Amino acid sequence: MSALTDDTLPMTPRAMRDEMIVFAVMAALLAIVPFTGIYPFFVMQALCFALLACAFNLLIGYGGLLSFGHAMFLGTAGYVSAHALKVWGLPPELGIVVGTAAAALLGLATGYISIKRQGIYFSMITLALSQLLYFLYLQAPFTHGEDGIQGIPQGHLLGIFDLSKPMVLYYVVLVGFLAGFLLIYRTINSPFGEVLKSIRENEPRAISLGYKTDQYKLLAFILSGTLAGFAGSLKVFVAQNASLTDVHWSMSGEIVLMTLVGGLGTIFGPVVGAFVIIAMQQYLAGFGQWVTVIQGVIFVSCVLLFRRGLVGELAHLLRRSL
Amino acid sequence: MQALYAQLLVGLINGSFYALLSLGLAVIFGMLNIINFAHGALYMMGAFVAYFLLNLGGINYWWALIIAPVVVGIFGMILERTMLQWLAGLDHLYGLLLTFGIALIVQGVFQNYFGSSGLPYSIPDQLKGGVNLGFMFLPVYRGWVVVFSLVVCLATWFLIEKTQLGAYLRAATENPTLVRAFGINVPRMITLTYGLGVGLAALAGVLSAPINQVRPLMGADLIIVVFAVVVIGGMGSIMGSIITGFALGVIEGLTKYFYPEASNTVVFVLMVVVLLVKPTGLTGRAA
Repeated sequence: MSALTDDTLPMTPRAMRDEMIVFAVMAALLAIVPFTGIYPFFVMQALCFALLACAFNLLIGYGGLLSFGHAMFLGTAGYVSAHALKVWGLPPELGIVVGTAAAALLGLATGYISIKRQGIYFSMITLALSQLLYFLYLQAPFTHGEDGIQGIPQGHLLGIFDLSKPMVLYYVVLVGFLAGFLLIYRTINSPFGEVLKSIRENEPRAISLGYKTDQYKLLAFILSGTLAGFAGSLKVFVAQNASLTDVHWSMSGEIVLMTLVGGLGTIFGPVVGAFVIIAMQQYLAGFGQWVTVIQGVIFVSCVLLFRRGLVGELAHLLRRSL
Repeated sequence: MQALYAQLLVGLINGSFYALLSLGLAVIFGMLNIINFAHGALYMMGAFVAYFLLNLGGINYWWALIIAPVVVGIFGMILERTMLQWLAGLDHLYGLLLTFGIALIVQGVFQNYFGSSGLPYSIPDQLKGGVNLGFMFLPVYRGWVVVFSLVVCLATWFLIEKTQLGAYLRAATENPTLVRAFGINVPRMITLTYGLGVGLAALAGVLSAPINQVRPLMGADLIIVVFAVVVIGGMGSIMGSIITGFALGVIEGLTKYFYPEASNTVVFVLMVVVLLVKPTGLTGRAA
C-alpha cells in the first residue's frame, strides 16, 4: 500500500498559520459573492457539493476508506428534510436537524456493515448499499418515485431569516458550509484524526498499538455521513426538490471526481474540485452525454497524470500543506 | 407453477451472466489487483459488437460468439497496456477510479450515438422456438444460454485450475517476482489475463443481446449487482464465483415469483446478511 498523501508529520505552527490564512481568504471571497454579480444559485449549489466532497474526503483522504456510495447520505437527508418541511410542515431548522439525523443513523447502519471488510471490498459494499437504497427510494411512496419531492417551502429559519430571499439563503448556506468545513478541519487535526491517519498508513500496526481501529473507522464513517447529510439538507433549500438523481451511483461518482480533481487528502482540494466540476457541468450543459465522457476523461487523466489533484499539486510546488 | 418455472429460468439466465462477469472480475483481480469497474461497459460492448457484425457485416450470431470476445478482449488488452499497467504498486483504489473513468467514457460515447433505448437483436434461426418439457415450455435460446454459460465457466475453471498455463497464472498471482525469475513473461500474462476476463464479459454481452436487447447502459446497473455477488462469494476461488453467481441468480428469480417488490434488492440484502453473519464472504479468506 502506498501512501495517498505526505502529511504524516505532525502539524507545524507554520502549516497551521498557512491554512488559517487560506481559510480566511476563502471565507472572505465567498462572503462577497452576492455583490459581484455571480449567479448566487450556482455558488450555493457548489457550496453544498463542496461540503459533501469535504465530508467524503474525511474518509478517503484521512481514513483511506473509499466510499463509492456517498450519494446515499445526500439523497436520504434530502428526502427526509424535504418530507419534514413539506408534509409535516416543520420549520427549516428542524427540517435540517431531522434530515441530518437520518443521515447519521444511516451512517451508523451502513458503516457497521461496510467496515467489516477492507480496501476494495469496502468500496464495493458502500456502492451496493447505496444501490439498495436507490431501489428502496424508487419504490417507497413518500419519495414520489421518478418525480421526486417538488415545491418544497423554504420558510423562515428560526422564525427570522426569510430563506426565500436569495441573499439570506446564500449566507445561511455559506455559514453552514463554513461550520461544516471547520468541524472537519478540527477533526483532522485532533488526536482522533491522527489515529485515523495511522489506520490509513498501516492498520495492523495501529491495532498492535492497542487502538480499536474498527471503532475509529465507524466513528469517522458516521461523522462523514452526517456531514454529507447536512450538505444534502442544505441543498433542499437551494434546489427546492429532492429526487432520485441524488441517490444514484453516478452522483456518488461525481463526489469522488470532485475530490479527486481537487486533491485527495488535501484540506481545500474538495472545495476547489466541487467548484470546478459544478462550473464544468454548468458550461457544458448543452453537450448532453458528452459531459459524461468528459468526466470519464478527467477521471482517467487525474489517476494517470496528476494523482495529487489541483490543490495537491499546488501544495507540492509550494512545499506547503493546503 | 408455470410462472414459477419461468422465473427460475430467468434467474438461471441472470445467474449465468453473474457467474461469467464475477468470474472475469475474480481472474482480473487475482493478477492485476484491480477491481475492473469497466466490466459492465465491456459487457455492453460485446453486445454492440454482435449488433454491428449482424447489421453492418451480415455476420451471424455464431461468428459473433467468437469475434465479439476477441475484439473486446483486444480492446481490453490495449487499455491494460496503455493505462492499467501504470498503476502497478499503487493503492487498489486508483484501479477502481481509473476503470470507473473508462466505464464513463465508453458508456457516454455509446449513449451519444445510440441514446438510451434498446436495439433489437434477433435470436438465430437454429435456436428459435421452444420445447414442451411437460411441466413447462422451454424457449430453446434460453436453455442454450444457461448450458453454454455453464460450459464456458467450467472451461475457464479447467484452464486455471488444471492446465500448465493456469499453474503459471496461479503462481504469478501468489508471487510475480519469483515467477519472473523462472523466465516467465509475467507482464504479458497480466495483459492476456485482462483480455481473458474482459472477453468473458463480452461473451456474456453477446449471449444477452437477443434476450435483453442492446442498450448503452445495459452493463451499468448490472456491474453493481455483480459487485455484490463478488462480495458475497469472495474472489478467492474460481468455482466459488461460478456457484455463487448461479445461486444468486436463482434466488433472485424465486424472489421475482414470491415477492416481486424485492427482486431488485434481494442480492444486496443477501450481501448485508452475509456480511453480518460471515464477514469474510462465503468462500473467501480474510481480505
